[in-house]
Amino acid sequence: MKPAPRKIALIGNPNSGKSTLFNQLTGLRQKTGNFPGVTVEKKSGTLRLPFPAHSSASDETLVVAEAILIDLPGIYSIYPKSRDEQVAMDILANPQHPDHPDAVVVVADASNLQRNLLLFTQIADLGLPTVLALNMLDVAESMKLKVNAVQLAMQLQVPVIKINARSGDGVDLLREAIQRVAVTERLVPAYFLDPAEKQPEIIEEVKTRYQLENNYLALQYLCQHDSFTFLNQGQREQLDGLITKYAFDKTDFLANETITRYERLRPLVQKTVTSQGDSEQPAWTRRLDKILLHPVWGYVAFLMVLLVIFQAVFAWAEYPMDWIDQATANAIQWTKTTLPQGVLNDLLTDGLMAGIGGVIIFIPQIAFLFGLVGLLEESGYMARVMVIMDKLMRKFGLNGRSVVPLISGVACAVPAIMTTRSINNPYERLLTILVTPLMSCSARLPIYTILIALVVPDDTVLGILNLQGLVLLGLYLLGLIGALGSAWLFSIFVPRREPSYFILEMPTYKWPRWSHLGITMYDSVKSFVLEAGKIIVAISIVLWVLASYGPGDSMEQAEAQTMKEMSDAPEQVREAAVASAQLETSYAGRFGKFIEPAIAPLGYDWKIGIALITSFAAREVFVGTMSTIYSIGGEASEDAVTIRQRLEKERNPQTGGPMYTPAVSFSLLMFYVFAMMCMSTLAIVYRETHGWKWPMVQLVYTMVLAYVSAWATFQLLS
Amino acid sequence: MLLTRNVADLKKGERAVIKSFSDRDMSLKLLEMGCLPGCEVRLDAIAPFGDPICVRVGGCYCLSLRRNEAASIVVE
Repeated sequence: MKPAPRKIALIGNPNSGKSTLFNQLTGLRQKTGNFPGVTVEKKSGTLRLPFPAHSSASDETLVVAEAILIDLPGIYSIYPKSRDEQVAMDILANPQHPDHPDAVVVVADASNLQRNLLLFTQIADLGLPTVLALNMLDVAESMKLKVNAVQLAMQLQVPVIKINARSGDGVDLLREAIQRVAVTERLVPAYFLDPAEKQPEIIEEVKTRYQLENNYLALQYLCQHDSFTFLNQGQREQLDGLITKYAFDKTDFLANETITRYERLRPLVQKTVTSQGDSEQPAWTRRLDKILLHPVWGYVAFLMVLLVIFQAVFAWAEYPMDWIDQATANAIQWTKTTLPQGVLNDLLTDGLMAGIGGVIIFIPQIAFLFGLVGLLEESGYMARVMVIMDKLMRKFGLNGRSVVPLISGVACAVPAIMTTRSINNPYERLLTILVTPLMSCSARLPIYTILIALVVPDDTVLGILNLQGLVLLGLYLLGLIGALGSAWLFSIFVPRREPSYFILEMPTYKWPRWSHLGITMYDSVKSFVLEAGKIIVAISIVLWVLASYGPGDSMEQAEAQTMKEMSDAPEQVREAAVASAQLETSYAGRFGKFIEPAIAPLGYDWKIGIALITSFAAREVFVGTMSTIYSIGGEASEDAVTIRQRLEKERNPQTGGPMYTPAVSFSLLMFYVFAMMCMSTLAIVYRETHGWKWPMVQLVYTMVLAYVSAWATFQLLS
Repeated sequence: MLLTRNVADLKKGERAVIKSFSDRDMSLKLLEMGCLPGCEVRLDAIAPFGDPICVRVGGCYCLSLRRNEAASIVVE
């Protein structure tokens, strides 16, 4: 008996329920990372397999063995159509790859068996131990199709397990089957399609040169060597030489391969699937499509969906956010008074705890946003959005597929830019990457929230709409307009090289699985808290230090000076003045002052300048910075007032009126709508475009856009 | 009048049988997604502004593609 399986790969067509099954099999025991050497997102998780306790005969309980389940990108065949899809074959073809699986689970949509089995036969022909998981039998049933799994298993010579990935039915049987397949030595069955039938000489030569045993794998060396990372340049040239030597026509061979596989699958599917009447997609999918793809109602529905998302994120998330805000303030207050006074106390409360508070306050909004975007994808509606948006997107040089990165950009530009890899056309992909950061990401939300709450009244208009929610929607629309406009400008100035295409399968509508959405929300919050949160807390602390210390004894001098000047003022006023003077002379204050001339035309003072600089690390730091600056520079921090109230109290030293007038607030809002204040985004664009050219182009154009629009807004409103 | 017709020429709701493809690279993608010669197609829906279109292939699933792509599928 072989040792327990270590790696199991999950593979299947898009929309076959693969990721639902992945969640079902791994639950919360999953993690997201990258495949080694490439920047393709990799999801893997712990898979528990029943494992007979053969060594300890004393009890009959089943010991659970653990394996790693790797989720490969959804593909229609093993011939990749985009960079994202190359990963799957790179892993399957290379036994030395760290993720090369011991067994493969192919998920197939039973309602479209013939096409789903195409991929299955290719995987099986590669000689990998395989289990076929037959999913979506309920959809097949509603289409009056009946699938005989036993017959199918006999025909294909592999275990076939009927599952329902959404309810979890059959998943335990699947675990057993995976265990059996991975453990038993397997007889290699005959090829479903042997490439040596048609081209024996070239296949034989590849096999000898690369010491391969599998004919179909040898064919893959011929067809895909350019995307196999484990081959070197010399080997690639050698394979190109063989192709020329034998006059091997790849396109022709592949078209023939696909047609032949389908021809051989047809009688097999006819034997196993019985149709009872006219098979049609479920009636409600057709009825919904009539509305959602309608020239007028389709767009109305899409706008309604967007409106609901923004109202929800603003209105629903407010309750947990208020609660978190209050709890943080209480905790800081309690710590401040309980622990002995001093530098350490200040560092802990004003630096660390304020920073952590600034991170966890986002959790409700991020969870809601990722949950709702996930809902759109799960239900099948996202594909309809791509269809109704394709023609429109093409006008701006983009593709219907650009909608997904643009919508995901509302959550975070970093994963959104990673999803652009599914855009097969490099040119459209580049444009999408360049404009995605203009979509208002969740990190901008706290800035929007605070500034809107400051200057827009909390009124209800038209009976149900919250005015603040409407302004928020307006900011998001502005980001969208900016993104599309820039894409259009780029498409004029950057020449296009390849023609674009758009072929997309339309999934049936499905009722979303709430547990699946729960996992999506949990994952997004976890990665935000762990990854972005770390940076935010660290910067909060650095900032506290910068704001608390100045060069030489300048801090002491500022204190003495102010004390002298204000000696007859009440103590509270004097203390606030001292703190303010100290902040001004601190390192942070000097830095802010240094850039003040550049930002004065936008209506900002040096305090906002500090926040602008620090928020370049990540926009959300703006809020943390504000709270640090004002808890030190403001009056009586023992009051533990929340940041919004602090901003309201801030006075403009020249006019004596509030600092955050509508002109300044809206100017700041404009700045943050367009400015690319995010190091992580620049880093991911560098990685995705392989160079500094495009990230720099992006940085410059967004900054110009931000500066000009903020300036115009301030000048118009003041 | 023997004109070659393609999927882009179909009217909404009209059915036809796939005969061949006029674009080699496109044909690979379409084949893998289940558009086979001999398969029945039906024009199911047309997106706003007339493009892309949604085609039901072999009665069991729906494919969305642009008009110029649909034009590479020759029907009988």
